[in-house]
Amino acid sequence: MSENRPETKKKKQPLSDRRKFILNMARGVGLATLGGFVWSAYVDEVTASQLLLRPPGAIKEDDFLRTCIKCGLCVEACPYDTLLLAKPGDNKPLGTPYFIPRDIPCYMCPDIPCVPVCPTGALDEASVTTDGKLDINIADMGLAVIDSESCIAFWGIQCDACYRACPILGEAITIEYSKNERTGKHAFLKPVVHSDACTGCGLCERACVTEKPAIFVLPREVAQGRAGDYYIKGWDKNDEKRLENASEIKTTTNISKKSAVDSLNDGLEDLY
Amino acid sequence: MNTLWNNYRYLILRRFTQISLLLLYFGANAWGWTVLMGNLSSSRFLDFVPMSDPYAALQMLAAGAALATDLLIGVAVITVFYLLIGGRAFCSWVCPINMITDAANYLRRKLEIDRVQNKQPASRNMRYWILALSLIISAIMGITAFEFISPISMVHRGIVFGLGFGWAAMLIIFLFDLFVLKNGWCGHVCPLGGFYSLIGKFSLIRVHHSEENCTLCMKCKTVCPERQVLHMIGKESLPVLSGECTNCARCIEVCDDDALGFSIRKLADNEKTGE
Repeated sequence: MSENRPETKKKKQPLSDRRKFILNMARGVGLATLGGFVWSAYVDEVTASQLLLRPPGAIKEDDFLRTCIKCGLCVEACPYDTLLLAKPGDNKPLGTPYFIPRDIPCYMCPDIPCVPVCPTGALDEASVTTDGKLDINIADMGLAVIDSESCIAFWGIQCDACYRACPILGEAITIEYSKNERTGKHAFLKPVVHSDACTGCGLCERACVTEKPAIFVLPREVAQGRAGDYYIKGWDKNDEKRLENASEIKTTTNISKKSAVDSLNDGLEDLY
Repeated sequence: MNTLWNNYRYLILRRFTQISLLLLYFGANAWGWTVLMGNLSSSRFLDFVPMSDPYAALQMLAAGAALATDLLIGVAVITVFYLLIGGRAFCSWVCPINMITDAANYLRRKLEIDRVQNKQPASRNMRYWILALSLIISAIMGITAFEFISPISMVHRGIVFGLGFGWAAMLIIFLFDLFVLKNGWCGHVCPLGGFYSLIGKFSLIRVHHSEENCTLCMKCKTVCPERQVLHMIGKESLPVLSGECTNCARCIEVCDDDALGFSIRKLADNEKTGE
């Protein structure tokens, strides 16, 4: 066929080696950029889950995600089958350990078998050690939160299931008595969670009698607010220490009388 | 029977190794066995020897994680092990994905898919690009980039700890290898295979070719998942020195002429002939 084509269609010159090399490099870099962005976007999305309860001793979530090697040794060490590894389809950072307290809470073993087996230090032994001994009571897996509207103790029905279930009962959960104004002669026995003692083990969530638990554990980052540096408890000397390292920022604005007057007079042009 | 054993001896051994390892890991989670605990990312042998995936550790390093002593010991154990027996021996003797891609490749040959699709539009060097990319993404995002998408750990972890939708990953790889790219995952894409190829450059155990016995039947090249490493077949008596050889030994067992066999590389003298 090609012989019959008119002479005007010249045969293409072969590419020079230099040009070939440059084009191939450009193609490689382009494909790598394309793949890199897709890959990064995907990884960023799948690691964005915040509502995850980690095993005791887990380091900060950001560090946890880069340090956990997803081997499951903590899962195998757990005698209660509490810990799970995120499977594809769980919509959680793939392969990382977590637990669902309503199904199986953390029973707070004194010897914390899940932590020392961690090969990477994603579960940090030092964070659950006091005076050289493992101490599960200082673990921080999350914080129990009470929905006072669905908690039947707040309705006036006597229930202290969560209080009784709490492994550090009397410290992490206490019962607060108050008068039931509706009946006038009964008392509310309301559970109160204390964030300084609660480990987030979830035994309360497991024990809660309501259909969907009225007390549940959330990661501390999610459950708590933060007052920030602008407010301190003036009556609490310790709270002031929070601001010891705060640096003062002075901002000055030049006040101009003219602009204030202009601003007041602005928009009056149409009236006259 | 004897020829059957002769033609499949390494394949049977490989499947035996792969499945026993899976069973040992599975038993650790299901029945509390202590021979191999954890999974391929990191595990403990006999509840004592730590073993860790060096590529995962490399990503952690790039992501800026502090590397613990246990992890570093585990990485050293695995690295030395594969330096001795051949880097990509992991791929053909341990990795569970190998069974999937071997099945796809077998079907591809039986169905003669290569005859309708004879162009392989991708370079086998892609894996090194992906390897580099994974480290760059790990560094930028502060996360172990490949570990969050790796179908290898997804499948292995899935078999030990519960699969979820991991079967989809298996199917994707199977279909990809069967219909998109021959030896697609293991031979082109997988950065872990690329990583072990780099380690395997230095390993001691090598397939060796004796040209004088070769009858040029090319059965070895047909079964080889990395056929570029067999460039010397029928030309020169040489050991297979490319790190991309997986030491799967399929070439050795299909050879009827005793032209291929394992040998130990002699490091200093006679590297060229391997004798």
